[in-house]
Amino acid sequence: MIEVVEAAGRAGRYFAQSLRLMVGQPDYGAYVAHMKATHPEQAPMSYEAFFRERQDARYGVGTGRMSRCC
Amino acid sequence: MISKLRSHLAWAGVAIVGALSLAYVALARGEAVSALWVVVAAVCVYLIAYRYYSLFLATKVLGLDAQRQTPAWRHNDGLDYVPTHKYVLYGHHFAAIAGAGPLVGPVLAAQMGYLPGLLWLLAGVVFAGAVQDFIVLFISTRRDGRSLGDLIKQEMGTVPGLIALFGAFMIMIIILAVLALIVVKALADSPWGTFTVAATIPVALFMGVYLRYIRPGRIGEISIIGFVLLMLSIIGGQYVHESATLAPLFSYDAKALTWMLIGYGFVAASIPVWLLLAPRDYLSTFLKIGTIVALAIGIVIVAPPLQMPALTQFAAANGSGGPVWSGNLFPFLFITIACGAVSGFHALISSGTTPKMLENETHARFIGYGGMLAESFVAVMALVAASCIQPGVYFAMNSPAALVGSNVDAVAQTLSTWGFVVTPEMLSQTAADVGEKTILARAGGAPTLAVGMAHILHQVVGGKAMMAFWYHFAILFEALFILTAVDAGTRAGRFMLQDLLGSFVPALKRTDSLPANLIATGLCVAAWGYFLYQGVVDPLGGINTLWPLFGISNQMLAAVALMLGTVVLFKMKKDRYAWVTALPAAWLLVCTLTAGWLKMFSADPKVGFLAHADKYAGAVAEGKLLAPAKSLAAMERVVFNDRLDAVLCGLFIFVVLSVLVYSIKSILAARAERRPTVQEAAFVPFAAAAGAGGD
Repeated sequence: MIEVVEAAGRAGRYFAQSLRLMVGQPDYGAYVAHMKATHPEQAPMSYEAFFRERQDARYGVGTGRMSRCC
Repeated sequence: MISKLRSHLAWAGVAIVGALSLAYVALARGEAVSALWVVVAAVCVYLIAYRYYSLFLATKVLGLDAQRQTPAWRHNDGLDYVPTHKYVLYGHHFAAIAGAGPLVGPVLAAQMGYLPGLLWLLAGVVFAGAVQDFIVLFISTRRDGRSLGDLIKQEMGTVPGLIALFGAFMIMIIILAVLALIVVKALADSPWGTFTVAATIPVALFMGVYLRYIRPGRIGEISIIGFVLLMLSIIGGQYVHESATLAPLFSYDAKALTWMLIGYGFVAASIPVWLLLAPRDYLSTFLKIGTIVALAIGIVIVAPPLQMPALTQFAAANGSGGPVWSGNLFPFLFITIACGAVSGFHALISSGTTPKMLENETHARFIGYGGMLAESFVAVMALVAASCIQPGVYFAMNSPAALVGSNVDAVAQTLSTWGFVVTPEMLSQTAADVGEKTILARAGGAPTLAVGMAHILHQVVGGKAMMAFWYHFAILFEALFILTAVDAGTRAGRFMLQDLLGSFVPALKRTDSLPANLIATGLCVAAWGYFLYQGVVDPLGGINTLWPLFGISNQMLAAVALMLGTVVLFKMKKDRYAWVTALPAAWLLVCTLTAGWLKMFSADPKVGFLAHADKYAGAVAEGKLLAPAKSLAAMERVVFNDRLDAVLCGLFIFVVLSVLVYSIKSILAARAERRPTVQEAAFVPFAAAAGAGGD
């Protein structure tokens, strides 16, 4: 029973993650974990700064990348 | 051994069910086939193709290596390069590839009956479309997630790379024009639709401000608020539609809407992304996913019978096509259904963000091949939705007024002579059911799909009274993501243009300079706006001209991507498997080159641009007016536009032929070598257990 609840919780998290990634927002937790593991001397961006940085990146501020299809 | 045999037996069962369903769909005559059979046949084909063909591609042809580090690990920065769970990334990839294309093409193709479109959707995706997406994703993943243009440059040379980039820019202009045309066709003289779509602008602006300043980054809650506001705007649209004072304020003809869209495109692409583009992208993406799921559930619950015949008279081999688009089944069906069977634009996505997030190389099979199968299923559902409305209504909606007349009596009479059972009352009633004044001459796919969706969904939720709501919901859903694409595409086009023009006028290259940005944005909007306007004033409805141009260019890009795949396979010394990309590339070349040639030089003025131009030029010389042009100046415009379209067609042919020449050169060079000559990023194995394992 506990496994089922856990699995459902995991599936829900993946689903939410996927929805966020669809609009160009990768997982903030993964970013913080990455910064802690590889760049412990730098302070990671706050969630708000991270959100803005990703938003600008997705919609091509300074690049000509197409992020979606017709 | 025994268990392996058992598993194959189970798959054989799937194959038999699929084959029986397909046979039933193809051969049933005299009675309406239930859409469920189509769905079952399609799903079985996808399952078998995924289980066997994509496995063959993954293991034998490409040799996916679970031990090889992907760019997501090697360049992990927590931002662009992030190892991402397979299912999470699948959702991202699917949302990026599925757009208006797979919804519109099959609807237009339904004029030949549902069968030709269905067969091409299934065969095309299994052997061409999904292979393309898969192999491009693979190639890009092995090369640090580079883009298609870079990959062509790297593997074939600088010149073909530049040519392909130029081709991609032209395709973008045509796509933007044709997408905008779909919106114009759907909103013309429709106060309900126009109000609802216009209301999305203040809704998005509010969301943008909220996300930036009030509660930064809270996408979930603002998307729910935005969704509620959108539903209210649909209900508000009904109020506008019924109000005698408000309705005229939101009733515009196609030309007026065109100018508004052009102005909108310029402003939207010039203001900050967080204000309008990003929030509307959230809405359109989530609405798209939700609507696709809802449609799938609706089709399964309602199981609507297909009213459209398997084949209509327009599929006959010697005809010149039907009223929706001209030309024979071959080659024109294969360019009308682009996305959903095979779409070149996906090569840009598969070499964009997805390869940078692939957790393990072996996931490329599920995401690349499997993602495209899902898009094909969306296209099959669109075909079902278009085929479950009365054929008479379908043709009344999609035939230009110049051909069938401009009021319900004339249209019903013309269509009856073609053998379709339709009465003026039926047409008026359908319009009234969906809350519109008229449904005539609304080619472009969106309104037809909306009628089909309303037809299916009102049987699940709401009954007859909700039909108009569902119709405008479907229009809103399409308009929303088309407008997002117009905005994003204009921005992308602007950067490409600045890059191109920057070679001649360095000042234009500065993307931080406001005048340079405004000039490039203006040029880009003017380019697609020109084709849009031309489509709107086109007597045959515009779709007839622009959709083939879009289809030809999109399929040519797919051919380019598959040629790249072929070159890479030869360079990997996988010569004996090169047919997996060479054959679909050859088929696409045959289709697109024939279609391109016919669009330029066919003697039938309904098909050939130049023949059409000559017809009008001849009339101008004699001082005669050809309907529906109302002045000699309008006639001359028709002639000029026809010739411009022919030149464009010629350009596309040039692009694809030159890439072909460079591909053959690269293949010959690769064959002359004894060793593999691919330029992959260096092999780095996974350290210990991290990320290894694959699927």
